[in-house]
Amino acid sequence: MTVANIQISETPLVLYLLRRADDALILGHRLSEWCGHAPMLEEDMALANMGLDLLGQARELYSYAAKIEANGNDEDKFAYLREVGQYRNLLLVEQPNGDFARTMVRQFFYAAFADLYWRAMMRSRDASLAAIAAKSEKESAYHLRHSSEWIVRLGDGTAESHARAQGAIDDLWAFTGEMFWLDDRERALVDAGIAIDAASLRAPWLKTITNVVSEATLTLPTNNWMQQGGRSGQHSEHLGHLLSELQSMQRTFPGATW
Amino acid sequence: MYTQALNTSDAEDRQIEDAARAGLFQARIDAEERIEPNDWMPAAYRKTLTRQISQHAHSEIVGMLPEGNWITRAPSLRRKAALLAKVQDECGHGLYLYAAAETLGTSREELVDLMLAGKAKYSSIFNYPTQTWADIGAIGWLVDGAAIMNQIPLCRCSYGPYARAMIRVCKEESFHQRQGFEIMLTLCRGSDEQKAMAQDALDRWWWPVLMMFGPPDNASQHGDTSAKWKIKRFSNDELRQKFVDATVPQAQFLGLTIPDPDMTQDEAGHWVYSPIDWEEFNQVLAGNGPCNRDRLAARRKAHDEGAWVREAAAAYAAKRSRRDVAQAAE
Repeated sequence: MTVANIQISETPLVLYLLRRADDALILGHRLSEWCGHAPMLEEDMALANMGLDLLGQARELYSYAAKIEANGNDEDKFAYLREVGQYRNLLLVEQPNGDFARTMVRQFFYAAFADLYWRAMMRSRDASLAAIAAKSEKESAYHLRHSSEWIVRLGDGTAESHARAQGAIDDLWAFTGEMFWLDDRERALVDAGIAIDAASLRAPWLKTITNVVSEATLTLPTNNWMQQGGRSGQHSEHLGHLLSELQSMQRTFPGATW
Repeated sequence: MYTQALNTSDAEDRQIEDAARAGLFQARIDAEERIEPNDWMPAAYRKTLTRQISQHAHSEIVGMLPEGNWITRAPSLRRKAALLAKVQDECGHGLYLYAAAETLGTSREELVDLMLAGKAKYSSIFNYPTQTWADIGAIGWLVDGAAIMNQIPLCRCSYGPYARAMIRVCKEESFHQRQGFEIMLTLCRGSDEQKAMAQDALDRWWWPVLMMFGPPDNASQHGDTSAKWKIKRFSNDELRQKFVDATVPQAQFLGLTIPDPDMTQDEAGHWVYSPIDWEEFNQVLAGNGPCNRDRLAARRKAHDEGAWVREAAAAYAAKRSRRDVAQAAE
C-alpha cells in the first residue's frame, strides 16, 4: 500500500496559514533535535520550551487551515502527508542546527521577525488569526529575548564564540530576506485587512538586529543577495531529510491511529 | 554555570561524628523530623545521600536519551508535543535533583564529571534501546510506573531537600505514566501490527524493569543503614512485588501477555514472578548493556561540544561584572 500525499485547495488564506504553520513546525522540529544534547541543562530546557511553543503555534495554524479548507485534512495530514514541494516554510527555518551559535542566530533572525509579525497580526480582521497572534506574540517575545541574550554572550564572550557567531550570521544572512517577501495572493489578504504587509516589518526588524549585533561586537554582512523559494515550495536539500524523519511513521504505517 | 558557593567552612567539624550528636541525629530521624542542609549529619549519611541523589539526577539526564530518540519521529503532532514536554520534564527533574545534591556540599559540576568519567551510576534501564514507537509507551507505562513505586516513599525521606524534590517529581511522573499507558492502549486498540508492536515492547522491557528495583534483598548493599536513616522505607523486593501486583491487571486490561509464562497468583493475591536473570543486570551495571557506550558517548559529546558555549557565557559574565564595577567607580 502506498501513501498518497494529500491534495490541498490552496485558497489565498489556506496558503497563507500553511506558510506560517510550516515555519513554526519546521523550526520547532529543528529545536526538538537538540533535546538531550544541549550545551547545558538550562539550555536543554529553553530549547525544548521554544520548540514546544512553535509546535503549539503550528498545530493551531494547521487546525485553522483545515477548518477553512474544509477538505477532510487535519493538522497531522498537513504535517505528515505532504512532500517537500508542498511545504511552504521559509528556507531559514529548515537550515540545519549546526553548532549552538548557528541555532541561536537562526532563532534570533526568526524571532526578531516573528515578534513584530505576531504583534501586528493581533490587529487582523480575522478573529481566529488575531487570537493565534495574541498567544504567539508572547511566546515570540521570549524567544527574541532569549536568543538576543545569547547573541550578545557569544559575540562578546570568547574569541571562539565570537568567530562562531559571526560565521553563523554570515551564512544565514541570505535567508532573512524571504521573511519580508509577499506575493499577489498575500497582497489581496493584506488589502482585506486579514494579513499584514510583511515588507513593512523590514525596517524595525533591521533596527533590532543591528542593535543586538552591535552590542554583541559582531557585524552584519554587506552582501545583500537574498535567497528565496521556500514560500513556493522550492527548498534546500535539507528539508527532504527532515521530512523523511518527521514522516517516517505515517509513511511506514499508512492510515494507522497513534 | 554551576553553583560554587557551598558551605564548607565547617567541613572538618562535620567529619567528626561524636556519639552524642549521632544519637541526637538518630532521635530526630526516629521522630520523623526532616534533616536540612545546615543541620549536623553523619558523614556516611551525607555520602549515601549524595550518591543516591546524584545517581537519581544522572538517571533523569541519561533517561532523556532513549525517549529523545523518538521526538523527531513521533507519529502525530500531539504525541510529538507530549513527548518533547515529557523529556523536558526529565531535564527539569535532573536540575532539581542536582540542586538537592548540591545542598550536601558537592557541586553539580563535580557530580556530572563523575558520571561522564563512568565513575557514577545511573539507572540500568536506560542502557536498553528504544527500537519502536511502542517503546515510548512502554517506558511511560512501566519505567515511569516503577520509578513512581520507588519514589513515592522518597517523598517522606528524612532529608528535606530530597523529599521536597520528590513530591514535585512524583506528580509529573504519574502524569507521564498515564500518558505511556494511553500510548499502549491506543496501540492495543489499533491494527494487528500495532498490537504486535506493543507486545514486543512489553516482552523486551518487562525483565529490565523488574531489575530497576535493584538486587534482591538478600544481596543488597545499602538496605540496612538506609532504612535506619529513613532514606529507604521499603526493601527492593517489597517495591518490586508492589509494582508487579499493580502492573499485571493493567497488562490484562491492555490484552497483553507478560513474558513470564510461569507466573502464578498466590493465596494472598500477589503475583509470583519467575527468577530474575541477575547476570544480565550485573552485566549492564558493568557497562555491557546494549546501549551503555552510546549513552555515555552522547552525554560526553554534548558536554564537550558545549564547552565553548559555557566558556563564552562565563567570559561574558566576567566582562560584564568588570564593566559594572568600573561604571560604579566612575
